[in-house]
Amino acid sequence: MIMKRLKNSAHIAALVLATLAPAGVAMAQETIATLRAGTPLAENAAPHAIAPVRNTDLRQVRNYPEQPPLIPHKTDGYQIDLNANQCLLCHSRTAIEISQAPMVSITHFMNRDNQFLASVTPRRYFCTQCHVPQAEVRPLLENGFVDIDQVLEYVSGQEGN
Amino acid sequence: MVAITRRDMIKAQAVAAAAAAAGLPLPAAAQNLVTDANITDLKWSKAACRFCGTGCSIMVATKAGRVVATHGDAEAEVNRGLNCVKGYFLSKIMYGQDRLTQPLLRKRDGEFHKDGDFEPVSWDEAFDIMAEKWKATLKAKGPKGIGMFGSGQWTVWEGYAASKLMKAGFRSNNIDPNARHCMASAVGGFMRTFGIDEPMGCYDDFEHADAFVLWGSNMAEMHPILWTRIADRRFSNPHVKVAVLSTFKHRSFDLADIPGIFTPQTDMVLLNAIANYIIQNDAVNKDFVSKHVNFRKGETDIGYGLRDEHPLQQAAANPNSGKSDPISFEEFAEFVSEYTLEKAEEMSGVPIATIEKIAKLYADPNTKVMSLWTMGVNQHTRGVWTNNMLYNLHLLTGKISTPGNSPFSLTGQPSACGTAREVGTFSHRLPADMVVKNPEHRAYAEKIWKLPEGTVPDWNGAHAVVQNRKLKDGDINCYWVQVNNNMQAAPNMMEEGLPGYRNPDNFIVVSDAYPTVTAEAADLVLPTAMWVEKEGAYGNAERRTQFWHQLVDAPGESKSDMWQLVEFSKRFTTDEVWPAEILDANPDYKGKTLFEVLYANGQVDAFPLEQTSKDYANHESEDFGFYIQKGLFEEYAAFGRGHAHDLAPFDTYHEVRGLRWPVVDGKETKWRFKEGSDPYVTPGSDFEFYGKKDGKAVIFALPYEPAAESPDEEYPFWLSTGRVLEHWHSGSMTQRVPELYKAVPDALCYMHPDDAKALGLRRGSAVKVSSRRGEIHTRVETRGRNKPPKGLVFIPWFDARQLINKVTLDATDPLSKQTDFKKCAIKIEALGA
Repeated sequence: MIMKRLKNSAHIAALVLATLAPAGVAMAQETIATLRAGTPLAENAAPHAIAPVRNTDLRQVRNYPEQPPLIPHKTDGYQIDLNANQCLLCHSRTAIEISQAPMVSITHFMNRDNQFLASVTPRRYFCTQCHVPQAEVRPLLENGFVDIDQVLEYVSGQEGN
Repeated sequence: MVAITRRDMIKAQAVAAAAAAAGLPLPAAAQNLVTDANITDLKWSKAACRFCGTGCSIMVATKAGRVVATHGDAEAEVNRGLNCVKGYFLSKIMYGQDRLTQPLLRKRDGEFHKDGDFEPVSWDEAFDIMAEKWKATLKAKGPKGIGMFGSGQWTVWEGYAASKLMKAGFRSNNIDPNARHCMASAVGGFMRTFGIDEPMGCYDDFEHADAFVLWGSNMAEMHPILWTRIADRRFSNPHVKVAVLSTFKHRSFDLADIPGIFTPQTDMVLLNAIANYIIQNDAVNKDFVSKHVNFRKGETDIGYGLRDEHPLQQAAANPNSGKSDPISFEEFAEFVSEYTLEKAEEMSGVPIATIEKIAKLYADPNTKVMSLWTMGVNQHTRGVWTNNMLYNLHLLTGKISTPGNSPFSLTGQPSACGTAREVGTFSHRLPADMVVKNPEHRAYAEKIWKLPEGTVPDWNGAHAVVQNRKLKDGDINCYWVQVNNNMQAAPNMMEEGLPGYRNPDNFIVVSDAYPTVTAEAADLVLPTAMWVEKEGAYGNAERRTQFWHQLVDAPGESKSDMWQLVEFSKRFTTDEVWPAEILDANPDYKGKTLFEVLYANGQVDAFPLEQTSKDYANHESEDFGFYIQKGLFEEYAAFGRGHAHDLAPFDTYHEVRGLRWPVVDGKETKWRFKEGSDPYVTPGSDFEFYGKKDGKAVIFALPYEPAAESPDEEYPFWLSTGRVLEHWHSGSMTQRVPELYKAVPDALCYMHPDDAKALGLRRGSAVKVSSRRGEIHTRVETRGRNKPPKGLVFIPWFDARQLINKVTLDATDPLSKQTDFKKCAIKIEALGA
């Protein structure tokens, strides 16, 4: 992480500056609805193929510590209902020694009054309300969010100059 | 992002360990944990979530003018620290690469041209052309020639400023919010049954109910945080039952003790059958009914809100009629008696045993029941009736206004209640449930606004669907859309919406943060500050009003909707827009700008800049020179105070996690209409439905009537549209968050595998989905989270590349004017790909 940050620091500073002062639309444009990628409103583009789900089991960096981690594997057909929660077969406190999956966060044991329960709170029962798998697709658009480490580097860079 | 391998990481750790072992000092840059509080301290502030009507409170971290993190507010009663996946990614919604930063005008050869390309212009040039077009239209056609389409995503004061500019400034009631697509039937239901809008109960009901019945709602995806409260209640208390009724199986069925799939439109049959069951099984709460309820029979055969010349409208006996006549309890009992369990099973496809289980939840006096519904009931050509019929069950049994006994109408937008409904940005409404047709209500508004008698027009303006028709017909020529994406959201885009916006006679302005489908259909696009780039207030589904401060600056030249409205008002004088009769009778108003008469009126500008927070910026107040949000709010609050819509003082809301109105003597109200919890109830009355003059709510006798369009030989499938958990509405924010996009990248046609097989299709096949009105191209999904029965498909509408509203029908409830997005007839054909 540190090495990466050092290596990319110049690039990151440029990114922060670019996103802090975004460039406007400079030239005349016939279409502007970016998500349609130029297909006129009255027409229909060919639909994308259904993309496979990223199934690498490699964890991804979170944008900020409060972000729920993304699911790095397929969950097709997983049962999460009145009868069973398949996710907990690997992610429960007692399962992780065998599964080597991350244990559900300690926050997941807290009830509405922030008291810890004996097991995972039912208010967190439906995992997919917060945790989602990722399809193997390129984003339609880049997002200029910069994480706190990069903002701090920008800040200290400003102070240093 | 450059990937870092595990080997790189170990190598770095080895170097550090070797250095430490050798007693060498580590260079500062290599220290891997920053601990200096001056650097690591983040500024955390509260805000309301930007998405649905649940109204979660969010903690937002800022540093160096950027939002760097968000999480669920642990102090907020609504969500107690939780967010759904969309809420957890709020940090990224403002940073899509294609944020608009300058006004864009269609131009050719340096001048505005309807068929020109978009070119950046200054705000001055943007307002110049707008004012020119507005003035020309007002001169040629009067106030009916202009229109505005706003939103349940407007903040409270934005909606108020807009409503005032249109209704009092331009004297046009042609202003409607996109809440018309969303909540209008709920409003109609409340007004007809109770005479006052919005739920009597609150979210505390979730922790008290013994049973939950979902009528066409998929809360697991659409109201996920409220679903966590139901899941908590259900799993923690094994006696609790959850019933889920829908036209297709979806994620909410995962928690269903009692699942039921019904044929579209037959929810009305089920509701009447349960009412009949309650009566037949002697489960009517006779004491409650005799004291607090009237019975009425509604007129029937009321049409489908289509254009007058449409054959379905021509065939209706009582088009658009909301009339009703008083009847007795016995007559009501006789009316619903034909809706036997057998008939209900036959028409709905739901087994008798299932209907009976649900009926018993209502009938058992010891079971506290919460009914929950949203778009399944509201987006319905008999939406108002169906809302009425839901209240019938709770009124027959007296299960209302007490903890856990709660007919609860959920909302889809963050301020559908707080802005669209309470401020009254509908074409027929004024603040605090008042209406433009009522002369006393208009006089009351004019008095609070300090405007001459007769300023507010007495005619109902054009509602959402009629606005698009009038644009197409060339009756409305100047049109301003703010904070919504109606080209993607409105029904029948190819026959009504798109021809309307592109009609050469029309000038269309769209204010948005992003270049949406609607922006592309416009002539002028105004870059707009969003969410925490401005001070704001939203009101959620449980009557909770919540505030936030401006936390970061908007990019480029973006300005808030409110700034745009108020700034635009400076370009008009009363002489240009008001008739001579009003000005002659009130000469003091002559020659004034609309800004002066509407906003610099001694009330809106009553609070000085010094009262704004020292800790936060406020770009509008700085520009106008007074605390405009406070002034607008306090003037608006005058409408409701003392009229059962009391709001707390402005400054209070910046301190608390929201309060539920009416707020009387500093105390919020959890359950309305019940003595002891609602200060407006007359002592000794126990219950009082004070929205009605005699204090009694109304049970309506209403029949089942069929949908506007049903499958036939040529178009053999029902189409239902809707949302998905990961995207909010048209996806203009969530599609720009890579993690949410990758979670659900494309809209798909969810269908039964047998239906797919019969058409020679399988999962992933490219298909053309078409109706009598338009088509889209998509792919088949047979294994996804939604599992429709044979004969029905579900296609979500978030995808800007697959505009499903090219296919939908613009049939509305004739009373609420809300579109039925859940029912039309389509066919599906393989696309050679």
